[in-house]
Amino acid sequence: MTWEPVIGLEIHVHLKTQTKMFCRCPVGFGAGENTQTCPVCLGHPGALPVINRRAVEWTLKLGLALGCEVAEHAVFARKHYPYPDLPKGYQISQYDLPSCINGSVILPTAEGDRVIGIVRAHLEEDAAKTVHVGGRSGRIGGAEHSLIDFNRGGTPLVEIVTAPDIRSADEAKRFLQLLRQTVVELGIADAEMEKGQLRADANVSVRPAGSDELRTRTELKNMNSFNFIARGIEAEVERQIGVWESGGAVEQHTYDFDPATGTLTARRAKEEADDYRYFPEPDLVPAEPPAELVARLRTELPEAPTARIRRIEPSLDLDRASVLVTGGLDGLWDATVGAGAEPVAAANVIANNLVGAGVDPALASPVELAKLVAARDRIPRQAFDEAISKLAEPGFEAAPYIVQEAVSDASELEPLVDRILEENPGQVAAFRGGKEGLLGFFVGQVMKQTEGRADPRVVNELVRAKLAGR
Amino acid sequence: MVAAVDTLRLTAEEAKGLVDRGELSAAELHEAYLDAIADRDGELRCYLRTCREPSGNGIPIALKDVISTRGVETTAGSRILSAYTPVFDATVAARVKSAGLSLLGKTNTDEFAMGSSTENSAWGPSRNPWDPSRVPGGSGGGTSAAVSAGLAPWGLGSDTGGSIKQPSALCGNVGLRPTYGTVSRYGVVAFASSLDQVGPVAKTVRDVALLYGIIAGRDPLDSTTAELPQAVQLPEGESLAGVRLAVPRQVESLEAIEPGVRSAFEAALEHARALGAQIGECDLPLSYRYGMPCYYLVAPAEASSNLARYDGVRYGLRTRAATYDAMVERTRDDGFGAEPKRRIMLGTYALSSGYYDAYYGQAQKVRTLLIREHLDALDGIDAIVTPTSPTVAFPIGDKATDPLAMYACDLLTIPSCLAGLPGLSIPCGLSESLPVGLQLIGRQFGENGLFHIGHALEQALAFDTVPLRWRS
Repeated sequence: MTWEPVIGLEIHVHLKTQTKMFCRCPVGFGAGENTQTCPVCLGHPGALPVINRRAVEWTLKLGLALGCEVAEHAVFARKHYPYPDLPKGYQISQYDLPSCINGSVILPTAEGDRVIGIVRAHLEEDAAKTVHVGGRSGRIGGAEHSLIDFNRGGTPLVEIVTAPDIRSADEAKRFLQLLRQTVVELGIADAEMEKGQLRADANVSVRPAGSDELRTRTELKNMNSFNFIARGIEAEVERQIGVWESGGAVEQHTYDFDPATGTLTARRAKEEADDYRYFPEPDLVPAEPPAELVARLRTELPEAPTARIRRIEPSLDLDRASVLVTGGLDGLWDATVGAGAEPVAAANVIANNLVGAGVDPALASPVELAKLVAARDRIPRQAFDEAISKLAEPGFEAAPYIVQEAVSDASELEPLVDRILEENPGQVAAFRGGKEGLLGFFVGQVMKQTEGRADPRVVNELVRAKLAGR
Repeated sequence: MVAAVDTLRLTAEEAKGLVDRGELSAAELHEAYLDAIADRDGELRCYLRTCREPSGNGIPIALKDVISTRGVETTAGSRILSAYTPVFDATVAARVKSAGLSLLGKTNTDEFAMGSSTENSAWGPSRNPWDPSRVPGGSGGGTSAAVSAGLAPWGLGSDTGGSIKQPSALCGNVGLRPTYGTVSRYGVVAFASSLDQVGPVAKTVRDVALLYGIIAGRDPLDSTTAELPQAVQLPEGESLAGVRLAVPRQVESLEAIEPGVRSAFEAALEHARALGAQIGECDLPLSYRYGMPCYYLVAPAEASSNLARYDGVRYGLRTRAATYDAMVERTRDDGFGAEPKRRIMLGTYALSSGYYDAYYGQAQKVRTLLIREHLDALDGIDAIVTPTSPTVAFPIGDKATDPLAMYACDLLTIPSCLAGLPGLSIPCGLSESLPVGLQLIGRQFGENGLFHIGHALEQALAFDTVPLRWRS
């Protein structure tokens, strides 16, 4: 039987507001523990929350970008659970009346466009950070004591919940990349996964392909990179198929994904049996955005990443187009192609060389880049790399680098190749004895001695011919 | 030699006059109250702690111990907040300070303002100045008893279901529970957020109005506050011509109301009539039938949530134990008294999944009906008028073991609290030699109207706020 995965995602995105969700404490990394706190975010008696207006506006903006309806009447609610990192004993979140509902995102895939439903996007506050001291790997089990840093407590988080419309680990990854780029371009989040600014949980089930049933799902948590998410989902899909095929039944559980081992560990059942006792937060009034605000936010939306992938895909292919757009590189690519560069070559240089060199695409000069793309086969590798790395410098010009034509004249290189072979008789014998991997060693020596100016293709050919005894 | 000050009789307005005219310094006035406290608070136990030095250059004030005061211990009458000293001032504390008022001390309260007698205070009950074997009412019994015994010219209380109005009635002083949202709750230890409201307690309606003017108005730190539509007016007139009052028809048949309370109340209505007021009837059938059950779902539900923060992690009591869970459990067991525990359980149940719609959700719908019923009742009249408390002050211990009997103390104050409406209690006479309170309920932001009516009645009634046993 063929099985079809059914996947829904819950994504938490940290908004990069200057202050916290319900108080005026600054939001930011790197400050000393518990220095960005006040009576409100420490849950002191009598302290009251006040809504961060910008966080609400940004949530609405995100909702609009995800095609959601903006609620005219959204209500904050208290979600109760006892945990030391939750100073009030409840988290202020949104429950039955979230800020944004019923959206959808078009996800371009190799099989065509897929529509991923957005059930809701709502605003809430983050918990503080607990550090377990002693014991094994910072986990609570075996820890001697725990320390709480409330700097993160009360920072604004948007939670986005998709419909179970995702059909593969790869789609999940692509969706997340698209979403990440969307929030970054809206200017509302940095969404760096390694810093925990974007976190995703996945609800996973499988069903016989072609059926529309919904089988028992499991929840995967703790996946902090796009690749871990894809691997976690793949592992869980495989596991569930195994369970069904061996005549068993999948049970509803929450799993933690361990990226080190690629395995899933079920959480204790107790941790799942929560009753959050939601009720409307009486310390706040409902969020009722005026229509003019929503209209203004709508006009401020940039062109959606999906639309841009579709627009540039015809001159490239889906993968290159997606990489450029989700990497925020398509603007530079557009301009570089506009300056005369060949589209695919420009995409490759931008996505590989430029990103590899850590160049800020927003500062790179597309006109100069176009010149480098055109000349890249004619200039020495080292000079090309150096030119790329300096692309973002003010007043950069490609011309001086392009002048350094590569040495591609075989007769000029031949004496050097001969000398290197003579100096390394051992390696020559080994190569001839079958160790063909040593080719790179000889080429490397030539490149080194010419300070990278030799044309590697010519050198390659020459070395190979010499070693073959011709 | 400090001029002799009779704190038993001195009103806040008179005290302010003495200081303004330079006849007495703020420090001397502060000292005079500390002397009175030294004389009489050993018996009455109104104060949980007093401040030796005046903090302002104006007259002193007592604050209920649920109001956070920077640097001054604030326990809300609970062991779980023992030794808790706020790092910030409640907005009302900051406002009285910036008006120059000087903190005399923190007054006793039922634990987390849950109660009608102060017997639920972890630090022991306060006593009624009129008869120290009796309760001063609650939860704000400390403030009311202090004002009545001349241990403070005025004070602030907090009212969730009657905690300002009921003790004011039982101690023979004037108390205002303001319109919900006119006074900031920021820094006031929360009991039930949608009901809690801070308000003044004093000897006269004018004092209450004066203090209300100091604390009222929008606070950016409390999103549920609003600007007053009109400034507070100090009442002056003594006529009630053109004023229309209405007594709810249901009051007639409430058996809980003691005959002595009823006759003092009716005598006061006669005074109102004599001043020119028209007295009619209104109808609040749902309010008296469902007000109590509705309140005892809404208030405990919110309380169970508001009290979740007391976990021993950051401040207050911590009972050490081997694990986090055990520490929280033991801290809460040691720190909360019976009444908060009872309400946490009630409220947790009312909010539980599967019960929410039947309890908390249903109570909110009932509350909407009660609001409408009050608006209808107030249509075409100036105020609803009832006794404040069905009884006079009762003996300490009388109801302490019977929660339902205790809850019934607030039968008459609760409905308008649920409706968010202002209520003013003024003393209107004696029954069994103990004060009886009269409650005036107005429409939203109708405080000025209540002050006008209360003041005129107060003049006509000429109630002597000094407890009988201290009159010479």
